[in-house]
Amino acid sequence: MTETARQIASDGEGFTLADEDRHAIAHERDHYEQPQAACIEALKIVQRRHGWVPDAAIPAIAEVLGIGPASVEGVATFYSLIFRQPVGRHVILVCDSSSCFLNDYDELLEALSARLGIGLGQTTEDGRFTLLPVCCLGACDRGPALMVDDDTYGPVAPDDVADLLEGYA
Amino acid sequence: MSVSRYHCQLRQSAAERRAETHPLTWRLREDGAVVGLDEYLDKDGYAAAREVLDHQSSDDVIATMKEANVRGRGGAGFSAGMKWSLTMKGEGIPRGYLVCNADEMEPGTFKDRLLLEQLPHLLIEGMIIGGYANHSRFGYIFLRGEYVEAARALTRAIEEARAAGWLGNDIAGSGYDFDIALHTGAGRYICGEETALISSLEGNRANPRAKPPFPGQSGAWGKPTVVNNVETFCNAPAVMRHGAAWYQALSGELSNDGGTKLYGVSGKVAKPGLWELPIGTRGSELLERAGGMRDGRALKTWLPGGGSTGFLLPEHLDEALDFDTIGKLGSRMGTGLLTVINEDQSVLSLVRNLEQFFARESCGWCTPCRDGLPWTVKILQSLERGEGERGDLEMLDKLGSDLGPGKTFCAHAPGAAMPLQSALKYFRDEFERGVAHPPSNAHADPIPVGAV
Repeated sequence: MTETARQIASDGEGFTLADEDRHAIAHERDHYEQPQAACIEALKIVQRRHGWVPDAAIPAIAEVLGIGPASVEGVATFYSLIFRQPVGRHVILVCDSSSCFLNDYDELLEALSARLGIGLGQTTEDGRFTLLPVCCLGACDRGPALMVDDDTYGPVAPDDVADLLEGYA
Repeated sequence: MSVSRYHCQLRQSAAERRAETHPLTWRLREDGAVVGLDEYLDKDGYAAAREVLDHQSSDDVIATMKEANVRGRGGAGFSAGMKWSLTMKGEGIPRGYLVCNADEMEPGTFKDRLLLEQLPHLLIEGMIIGGYANHSRFGYIFLRGEYVEAARALTRAIEEARAAGWLGNDIAGSGYDFDIALHTGAGRYICGEETALISSLEGNRANPRAKPPFPGQSGAWGKPTVVNNVETFCNAPAVMRHGAAWYQALSGELSNDGGTKLYGVSGKVAKPGLWELPIGTRGSELLERAGGMRDGRALKTWLPGGGSTGFLLPEHLDEALDFDTIGKLGSRMGTGLLTVINEDQSVLSLVRNLEQFFARESCGWCTPCRDGLPWTVKILQSLERGEGERGDLEMLDKLGSDLGPGKTFCAHAPGAAMPLQSALKYFRDEFERGVAHPPSNAHADPIPVGAV
């Protein structure tokens, strides 16, 4: 799949909607009562390919769905798991809710920040990791918890951080 | 690697769990793996759905659910049977939607995850019964995007059920058509609010909507829509299989509410976990099952069911954990998963953490919530630094009341007000210690209005 390998610049320059994605979005659109309903899924389709949703994707999605770009933009900026800036190859979601907070979340965040050299909302210079906060991960019996991509871990002690991240190249 | 993947696990052995006493969890496997269709069928699976589809009317199902008084396990505690009886249905009214709220994000809550990951067919069966009762044509499971393992289990289970004729047209030869689609979210706690969830399902920003009209009258795409929590749906098969009286009796003398509840404990306890117990079980028993306090530290306070419930004291552990009893104490049972705080921990800091969560997760639709929550956080942060000012506590009192029920568009801000107000009530001294200047010195030389 050559299109999968398509690179876009960090400012979104060079973005075009891949044919395969256009079809996938149209397919979603036809599954709902109204095209707007496919909006979130359309954004996820673009994000799966590029890792994030550049500005140029907004009118392109709007065109496929037959709705205004503002309707897409409003949704794209609302949801925390739709990324509007480039993210690293791996996204770390650190749970900062009450149970993890009571079980040394601060120390875990400090260890992550020290190891990666970044704070919440930032991406490492080598483009490997992005660090983000997340709502209660529902792993409260094993807090503090975090996710790396699709994998949930807990409890994660500060000393575990180096080993844990090693598994994600 | 020393850190392990998270896997949700009930802390009750198979020996303790029986069909007659543990309707939600008796089918769970000891190894924690998902119960597939064959195993589910071997364990009396889909028997309730078959009975309902073959022998009962929609009204019969609703009457039994009402009588059993299955109260909404998402935290609000509204009777599911009552909700179903209010859904618009009948000739000339389009068949609408049945939505399962699987957007579990309440701080301190990890119960629906267990059912979704390990017993997806129980949820599907519950939804078939709910769909039939509400004349729904289509069901959606609104699952939070981060529950990846649950998404896998549900996708597989829906396919299995469809292949076996339990979903689709003419379910099990009954003439009833009903299918389910999995909808995964893209973040934001507010999606768990019933009407915001519908907005999100329609592909919009997850802003809540005014009620009335209630979703049962006009919900998703203007059609009658019923939204229930995962655990609520999972109660329906056993209620229909064994009857309302049996369900009511499960809680014995412990509570006026019937059935069992997935209770849990997290925080500073020795063995945090999840248990299915009769509704009305005391907090003291839960704490005991959780191995007591960790490191021998004393219990300071606890939240009975998530971040949007009010703090309770150690003396309240002897009260029944049900909707009415905890409500009378000025809190809410919420999700029924306890968060436990020990004597060394700061309630002020925890409240700051909770209010930061609610401020971040506000959808921004109405002003008290959008502006009041960040303001609350600012004050709490300055108190935490010991830089609070005279009047801060009174301002927090006012914010707590201005964010309360009836003052905002939905229940998000009232949920945020609950831990704030109860903390100010029970732990006021912690807040007072954050005020830097004794009252006599504060603002001794205020800047005159208009002077800048």
